[in-house]
Amino acid sequence: MLKTFPKGGVHPPENKISKERKIEELQLPKTVTIPISQHIGAPSTPIVNKGDKVKVGQLIAKSSGFVSTNIHSSVSGVVNKLEEMLDSSGYKRLSIVIDVEGDEWLDTIDRSKNIKKEVTASQEEIINKILDSGIVGLGGATFPSHVKLSIPKGKTAEYLIINGVECEPYLTSDHRLMLEKADEMLVGIEILMKAINVNKAFIGIENNKPDAIAHLIEKAKSYKGIEVHALKVQYPQGGEKQLIKALINREVPSGGLPVDVGAVVHNVGTAFAVYEAVQKNKPLFERVVSVTGKNLNQTANYLVRIGTSVNELIEAVGGLPLDTGKVVNGGPMMGKAIGSTDVPVTKGTSGILLFSEKESKRKDVYNCIRCGKCVSVCPMGLEPFLLMTLSEKAIWDRVESEKAMDCIECGSCSYTCPSSRPLLDFIRLGKSSVLKIIRTRQK
Amino acid sequence: MNKQILTVSPSPHVYGKESVKSIMYGVIIAMIPAFAVSLFYFGLSALFVTLVAVISCIAFEWLIQKFILKNEPSISDGSAIITGMLLAFNVPSNLPIWMIVVGSLVAIGVAKMSFGGLGNNPFNPALVGRVFLLISFPVDMTSWPKPSVLNMNLVDVQTGATPLAVIKEGVKNGQQVSDLLNTLPSYFEMFIGNIGGSLGEVSAIALIIGGIYLLIKKIITWHIPVSMLGTMVIFSGILYLVNPDLYVDPLFHLLTGGALLGAIFMATDMVTSPMHPMSMIIFGVGIGLLTILIRVFGAYPEGVSFAILIMNAFVPLLNKIKPKRFGETKKV
Repeated sequence: MLKTFPKGGVHPPENKISKERKIEELQLPKTVTIPISQHIGAPSTPIVNKGDKVKVGQLIAKSSGFVSTNIHSSVSGVVNKLEEMLDSSGYKRLSIVIDVEGDEWLDTIDRSKNIKKEVTASQEEIINKILDSGIVGLGGATFPSHVKLSIPKGKTAEYLIINGVECEPYLTSDHRLMLEKADEMLVGIEILMKAINVNKAFIGIENNKPDAIAHLIEKAKSYKGIEVHALKVQYPQGGEKQLIKALINREVPSGGLPVDVGAVVHNVGTAFAVYEAVQKNKPLFERVVSVTGKNLNQTANYLVRIGTSVNELIEAVGGLPLDTGKVVNGGPMMGKAIGSTDVPVTKGTSGILLFSEKESKRKDVYNCIRCGKCVSVCPMGLEPFLLMTLSEKAIWDRVESEKAMDCIECGSCSYTCPSSRPLLDFIRLGKSSVLKIIRTRQK
Repeated sequence: MNKQILTVSPSPHVYGKESVKSIMYGVIIAMIPAFAVSLFYFGLSALFVTLVAVISCIAFEWLIQKFILKNEPSISDGSAIITGMLLAFNVPSNLPIWMIVVGSLVAIGVAKMSFGGLGNNPFNPALVGRVFLLISFPVDMTSWPKPSVLNMNLVDVQTGATPLAVIKEGVKNGQQVSDLLNTLPSYFEMFIGNIGGSLGEVSAIALIIGGIYLLIKKIITWHIPVSMLGTMVIFSGILYLVNPDLYVDPLFHLLTGGALLGAIFMATDMVTSPMHPMSMIIFGVGIGLLTILIRVFGAYPEGVSFAILIMNAFVPLLNKIKPKRFGETKKV
């Protein structure tokens, strides 16, 4: 029996079209647009000015709080402007625009191909290095990684859990990384284990990637305390709480953090970035992005410098097909649709997914037929139909007492609803209203 | 770079294949075996009754939406067809046509549309129609035509009592259950459907085939049918063990009357049944208990319809029983 989370979930068509495409370096762009807010938490503070010359890997914006992080230049060149620029959220945010000149890296970065297995950095050095290198959760949530590694007083971590699930349909960036960078990733995992002082790490991978599972099992043999587990293909297997439940059978309490049950979870991409930062002194300024969609003739997994326009990625696979109706930053279940392709790739961009016009349309909404399917697929044991009704009627106290804040916004309810009701849309509305109320109450 | 207009909408961006229509037509497909058996045993009259019920249900829904509610007619969703078929399944095949039309009006007009249409009705529309007919026209609703293979006549069929009614009357007159059973069709005949009764309820095997289809298609879950039938077996089994001369055995209860039709097609109606596994089980247990209570101790020989309608009324309360939330118990 494959491990899985106990309740709910859906199984959308996997459509991993780009899984055979090897990671390729995308051609350097002419300019990059690097937003100062690419992570959860306080935006970073820019430390460069217009006209400054920068190198690849140079710090250009500094962390401005505990939950914040550094941002580095992904190219070498001249700072063209600091201006509010459209990003993938659809809002204009302060960004650093750099005109590319050559490709000159900081000397401190070790660009050799050899894999450095021996970990010499101390626990403290590791955490500082991760903060310095601007590493955030690369699964898409972009939560600053050093925060997760700083275990609060009174709590202890017992297990490091590595998320190689990639339960989102279409996306293959983590899959490719596991196949092509297994050793680096495993060293990264050892570093993370040292950072939180645990001797057990579990890598969870959905069973639709048998090649990655086999490859990592083989590779993990030469690393101590790292186990690879195949998981049932069930969305949202890669949800943090679901993954913990599946792997160590513990439930993160409502409103609690993984560390409350002794777990710290990081994505495989993050483990790779940690390797590069600690072993190779390379800050996070590039990442793997899947470019995929049924209407594309060619799909790809590109290694992309942060700040590269999404346009460049789409051009590289042959341009935006004429029948494109929607472009999604991320996967089809939780990704965000972008209104313009002239927005930069950021640390959280795991994929660029194209939908044809036909696939982009929502279906007509019908009455709720009380089938209860939303209840049965909710991995958090909530009642989406009820939360939607309460949000529609703006009964915020009930929205709160019915635990809307537990919702992980996986979208299984909206996916499964036979009446195509916009369940998650209304739950989000309810959550944001409840959050405002909670904040006012705390004041 | 060509400038194309892109759709921006919140996630998720993909949707499952299931729709209200696919569910409704799935239920209709699942009713086909039982319908085929009714054609076999009750002939053209079964076809006639079903057609009239379906057409009147569709017509009433359309008329009410068009002229009273003045909203977009939704008859294409298939739910009116199901109501019509289920109503027909629940009446004798020789019921006068005008009564079926009146029953359809009550089912669609009173039980469904007056509450706001599909999804909003607290009671199963077909059962409301059926119970209305049963109370208003008890004689016509309980004179059951005897099954005769491939009967082409629309009139002049023999009528007789259902097995449940035979047992009920007999026990009341002091006869022993075992003697009464000897006068009835064998359990095998009940299983295939060669007994008197409403046109869709007679054949256990046909209903079970439909039920398996619904389970495979995930239109229903096992909770309600299993808990309802299980409760009937346990309750009637206890009575049978206490006094087999007075009380008939559990298998008889399962194979006769509307037990299977009710458990598979009526109690599982999404709109009027609870939404969580636990409340579904309580719902099923309640129907099972009430059915046997009415059959054994009540005035009517059959109680499935009443039992389901009574439990329908409890659904809002049962929905208050919450499923276990993730991370709920270990709150620190």
